[in-house]
Amino acid sequence: MTATVMHEGSWHLHSVLDQSPGLRALSDTLSELVDEGYPVVACTADLKYSNGLFRFQERHSERFLQFGISEQNMVSAAAGLATTGERPYVATFASFLALLCCEQIRTDVAYPGLPVRLIGHHSGITLGFYGTSHHATEDLAIMRAIAGLAVVAPADGPQLAAALRATADHPGPVYFRIGRGRDPEVYDSAVDFVLGRAIAHGSGSDLTILATGSTVHPALAAAARLRDDCYSVGVLDVHTVKPLDTSAVLEAAASSRILMSVEEHNVLGGLGGAVAEVIADSGAGVRLHRHGIPDEYALIGPPTHLYAHYRLDADGIEAEARELLA
Amino acid sequence: MTTTAAELDLIRAKARFSREETVRLIQIAKVGHYASSFSCAEILATLYYGVMRLKRGEPDWPDRDRFLFGKGHAAAALYPLLVDWGFFEKDVLDEYTRLGNPLGDHPDMSRVPGIDFSSGSLGHALSAGLGMALGGRLQGRDFRVFVLLGDGELHEGQVWEAAMSSAHHRARNLIAIVDRNEYSLDGRVDDVIGIEPLVGKWRSFGWETREVDGHDVTELLDTLRDLVDDEMRQQPAVVVARTVKGKGVSFMETELGWHLGYLVPEDEERALDEIRARA
Repeated sequence: MTATVMHEGSWHLHSVLDQSPGLRALSDTLSELVDEGYPVVACTADLKYSNGLFRFQERHSERFLQFGISEQNMVSAAAGLATTGERPYVATFASFLALLCCEQIRTDVAYPGLPVRLIGHHSGITLGFYGTSHHATEDLAIMRAIAGLAVVAPADGPQLAAALRATADHPGPVYFRIGRGRDPEVYDSAVDFVLGRAIAHGSGSDLTILATGSTVHPALAAAARLRDDCYSVGVLDVHTVKPLDTSAVLEAAASSRILMSVEEHNVLGGLGGAVAEVIADSGAGVRLHRHGIPDEYALIGPPTHLYAHYRLDADGIEAEARELLA
Repeated sequence: MTTTAAELDLIRAKARFSREETVRLIQIAKVGHYASSFSCAEILATLYYGVMRLKRGEPDWPDRDRFLFGKGHAAAALYPLLVDWGFFEKDVLDEYTRLGNPLGDHPDMSRVPGIDFSSGSLGHALSAGLGMALGGRLQGRDFRVFVLLGDGELHEGQVWEAAMSSAHHRARNLIAIVDRNEYSLDGRVDDVIGIEPLVGKWRSFGWETREVDGHDVTELLDTLRDLVDDEMRQQPAVVVARTVKGKGVSFMETELGWHLGYLVPEDEERALDEIRARA
């Protein structure tokens, strides 16, 4: 009998991780934190191959907890674990974490201020053809409205690793919004991460693009092309959506003619909403264009096709910016 | 451990104290869950004065046994016991539910020393208790985790997620107690959504099961002590405690509607007389 061979383009769960360096960073960083003495407990709900935590399990099986397909149970149990001094990292699809477990996150984790880390992976429309049930285009808005919860969206694997390390001693809960781990790298392993401090990639008198998570890389590419055309364009990597770096936003508002937020999220309530609140409160008279997924359910399709459709790739962001600048 | 008459008398006295104080607290708040509090008075008194390892005045002692109140709307029955344990001052209790007071209708771990986990939204407590039990095991601590669930609470799906995973993880330091008082807000639990066969459900989920009269402190104490002392037991355990909603006040036992209410002064006297008259 010969073994079956899956087509190389298929989503074979064990091999997907090899194509997802961003998710390898999750497992590897958590493993290293255990080695360094942090009481990390990695929790999964039957998605250890999708989020790569099987690698953590191989290294620290005693600190790996499998909950099966019971996400709400997992989040509440993580809260219980945290009360005993453990540091649980709970990972599941962002759609299930932020929507299905919203109440457990609010009431059991955030309200008591417990140091649970919530890893919402495959966020936005990265699960493409899986459809709306698996899309998370509301998670930033929902998580942002929960008092006491920090909301972080790293742009790539190195920044995720840096963020996990930088927040290892953070006393309260953190929601990490990550993609499918295939984001092209913006940073190298030397990247510094400070919770709540955005990273400026140049400044622009014409335009500042405020990006978060998966949109940082294409925003930088779009900005480079615009600069080639003699526009003055800066990019602000707003990796922490909450607490928002208000001074960086206001600086951009003061120095740029136009601001554009770009996010793989509903245009309501996420990064764009957060930036709009700061600008309105401050009275800064700058135009803000919120770019993202319109307030509707995304189409199904392969992720890269969806990014092109919603103008969230470099070409799309560039086109969106040119219309603003014209 | 052998049960002595003095221990049983103490537990009965504390159950009576819990009921009296519940009446007094609800008098302050002008509304409260009398009947739900009364059905679990013996369960709470047995846990806090016969089973749980606690240190007076040290609500954060790391090796203490944990208690999670799934049916948190009966918190008025527990607060007086926490004061009695020296976890917070009685003058806090005397201001129950008044503006800015930490004590609300549901127990809040962020505000109330001695509350090991907040509750209010039904169905979360068993999961949180499982997390504590697993945390204790990871740390090599031998504390036990007790979770008191309402029978209506068992309608929540998360309870059964927790039941399944607790058995899978062999959380033997986790003990659930179901206050089977048979009533939820809209009527008899089994008319609202049937939950029987209850013991069979837990057993089929892989739990060690016991069934007791939840007002018989001898039976409660013996059963809970047997379960915590049983070194051979590998699985989490549940005690289904058959109780009477409103137990101890005759008109609450027979009249529906005392799930949430407020007694007029004459009825309050009748209620207190009956509570004090019980042995």
